[in-house]
Amino acid sequence: MNASALSKPNQVRVLSMEAVSKAFFDVPVLKNVSLQLVAGQVLGLVGENGAGKSTLMNILGGVVTPDSGTIELAGAPYVPDTPLLARQRGIAFIHQELNLFANLTVAENLFITGFPKRSKLWPMVDRAAMRKRAAELIAAVDLETTPDTPLANLSPGERQLVEIAKALSIDARIVIFDEPTTSLSVRETERLFALIERLREEGRAIVYISHALDDVMRLCDTIHILRDGAVVASGPTSTFTKASMVKAMVGRDLERLYPARKSAVQSENVLEVKGIRREGIVENIAFELKAGEVLGIAGLMGSGRSELARILFGIDPADAGTVSIAGKVLLNRSPAASIEHGMAFLTENRREEGLLMEFDVAQNVSLAALPRFAEGFSGVLSSEKLALSIKESALSVSIPESKLGRKMGDGLAVRTLSGGNQQKVVLAKWLLTKPKVFVLDEPTRGIDVGAKYEIYERIDVLAHSGAGVLVISSELDELIGICDRIMVMRHGEIVGSFGREQFDRERLLAFAFEGKQSQ
Amino acid sequence: MVEPAAGLDAHSPVPAIAPRITLSAWLRRVFASETWVLALSILYFLVLLPFAPDLGNLENLELIVHNMLPLCAVAIGQTLVLLTGGIDLSVTSIIALCSVGGAWSMTTWGLPGGLDFVVGSFVMLAIGAFVGWLNGMAITRLSMPPFMVTLATMMFGSGFAVYLTRSNGIPGLPHSLAVFSQEGIGPIPYALLVVAPVGILCHGFLGKTKAGRWLFAVGANGRAAQISGVPVKRVTLLAYGLCGVLAALSAVLYTGRLETGSPVLGQRVFLDVIGATVIGGTSLFGGRGSVLGTVYGVLFITLIDNSLNILGLSNFTILMIKGTVILFAALGDGLRRRRLGAGR
Repeated sequence: MNASALSKPNQVRVLSMEAVSKAFFDVPVLKNVSLQLVAGQVLGLVGENGAGKSTLMNILGGVVTPDSGTIELAGAPYVPDTPLLARQRGIAFIHQELNLFANLTVAENLFITGFPKRSKLWPMVDRAAMRKRAAELIAAVDLETTPDTPLANLSPGERQLVEIAKALSIDARIVIFDEPTTSLSVRETERLFALIERLREEGRAIVYISHALDDVMRLCDTIHILRDGAVVASGPTSTFTKASMVKAMVGRDLERLYPARKSAVQSENVLEVKGIRREGIVENIAFELKAGEVLGIAGLMGSGRSELARILFGIDPADAGTVSIAGKVLLNRSPAASIEHGMAFLTENRREEGLLMEFDVAQNVSLAALPRFAEGFSGVLSSEKLALSIKESALSVSIPESKLGRKMGDGLAVRTLSGGNQQKVVLAKWLLTKPKVFVLDEPTRGIDVGAKYEIYERIDVLAHSGAGVLVISSELDELIGICDRIMVMRHGEIVGSFGREQFDRERLLAFAFEGKQSQ
Repeated sequence: MVEPAAGLDAHSPVPAIAPRITLSAWLRRVFASETWVLALSILYFLVLLPFAPDLGNLENLELIVHNMLPLCAVAIGQTLVLLTGGIDLSVTSIIALCSVGGAWSMTTWGLPGGLDFVVGSFVMLAIGAFVGWLNGMAITRLSMPPFMVTLATMMFGSGFAVYLTRSNGIPGLPHSLAVFSQEGIGPIPYALLVVAPVGILCHGFLGKTKAGRWLFAVGANGRAAQISGVPVKRVTLLAYGLCGVLAALSAVLYTGRLETGSPVLGQRVFLDVIGATVIGGTSLFGGRGSVLGTVYGVLFITLIDNSLNILGLSNFTILMIKGTVILFAALGDGLRRRRLGAGR
């Protein structure tokens, strides 16, 4: 892959950034960063959250203006002032959160920045022309839909293809992908990679930003690693290994990606699930979770993993079955009842369901545990005890003390925190409820290596203290790294359960895909 | 001689930022909190004082407080609802219904003097609670949008109040009602002795109780709140119920001042209520606001009304100016928020 790209006789330099720097409020976020993009090559950009990747790409996309440095685009100086200008100059930015309108059709989304007009004198939208062009673009990205389909009907993966089609509509010479695979299924990811491959062959330059280092190794021709706003390592992909990338990102040797487990599985069950069924979603779910145990649920996207977690926690109803915590059957099932009985649930969607984004750390951390600090009928909170516990919980997941306000409501909005710190806030919130059973759905999605490690450590500490932990993850390596036992789900059913001595990547995958061993 | 600390070394690569606990820091804190609205009110007062010296009379100051009281009650109720991300358009019709219902009970039940006033007031509060509860039930149980539900209640309620009374006022109310809402102990109105504790209770409720914190969470992100174990429906119902009760309290005061049960009472206060809450920093999108801010907002609106009256302007001119001032206050609030946001 690399050899073919490098052996091309004429390497056309599409873009070159020289010594670009940027500071926000006197805090430098980029220090003399230089990079070159070559037509027909994929450049991987990796680094921890807050390393400066987004700022760098926002400069390219015209969202942020650099303080110093020069940028040349196709040999001419380029001063990106506005996102619109960046688009006109052929730079397409495919954001992690897609910039699409669910209430409009696919075709309308494609042409939202410039609808084709009938004529200058009669500036009505030329629907026929729009449909025809949209159909071509849709075909170019292998999307099986029609121009008139409402975007709301498409899956996350299909929406991303629409965003890529949008990039093609302006004939982008540079396409930037920011964490494109976080909400994609395995198949959708494969399709995306094939498409990126084709964009590369068409001679476009691609920037690929991701925490998934395996994907970066696989896709990219060259890799730039950012740390604290500076490029700390760069070169052809062949000169890197996963370990060397991690080391460059973190700035020190991470002995291992997963902490050593201290907890031991005890004998009593903290969670018993019997015969849980929900029409068309999950079928005949039964398992037990023991104190001190970390139990993983693996499975493809759409296998019913997250849906099961939501049913267990009482967010969605079940048609049949029982859930008991520490031997007590939950009768009236709701999140409030689950919390009262000692269950906690970290959702996969921390922006929409996990956090109050405009509220500060203390307000978020306290939210689920308020009943524990309320006195009697009046519900007056014992503020001092609460403040102390909030601080304790926040520090236990190593949220920097600087992020906490002097008093509740005084601190920074969690919106301003990095993804890793945001996830720690959610974790702190649930730890404050002193859970006996903690269900975590994709706890490390979109989070950098260092923060991941800290979250794994917290999971182990919690298990060590006698709680049962249920972890759902798309990253099989993660489950293998931290779990005592892994259950595999497929089509809404548990098709296999494996103890640690039976962990085998290939075998687990075979169960996830086919429900049995392939041989 | 004392060695300088390492961090203060002159050769330190990062220049130390001089601590500035100065006027600007203090101004910034005022700017960032509800106190901003109070400051704005005082500024307005001082600017207009030379043109309308009567503004500063003790009598006039008493009048301002007097006028603020019923508006405070209903605006604080509205604040609770706005915090949940909803809106209660029906407060004016609640006031009208309470006025009519309370006046009817006071004039027809034939209770002895004093008791008629007390019972009548409780009838009003009960009507307010009932209409608020109805709003809340429709919104939480039937999942209907607050705007539509309360719009319907507003139309039905104001129509019903007029229908019940054949559009006539109900005169002959107990003397004690008029005394309660018009007089006081020295400079302190009796009504203040009720409204102030209610305001303080609401302030404490929002800041210091479980349910109060839940109210903010529901407005900020209902889904996240629900998953964090907040009983979203109960909290929403509570907000509309309290809003109804507080509107009823203002109905008691307005009715007492008019000394008549009126089916068209309070029709014109709605814009003042929304204006005051929004100027006071309450977000129309939920999750942000405070009782103190709303009280300051009420002060600001009342001050404008009062000062323009003193200047002898007509009602229409007052409305025009009030509209303009509210617009500018909202603009200023937006600018201020952006500045603060950028600083974060």
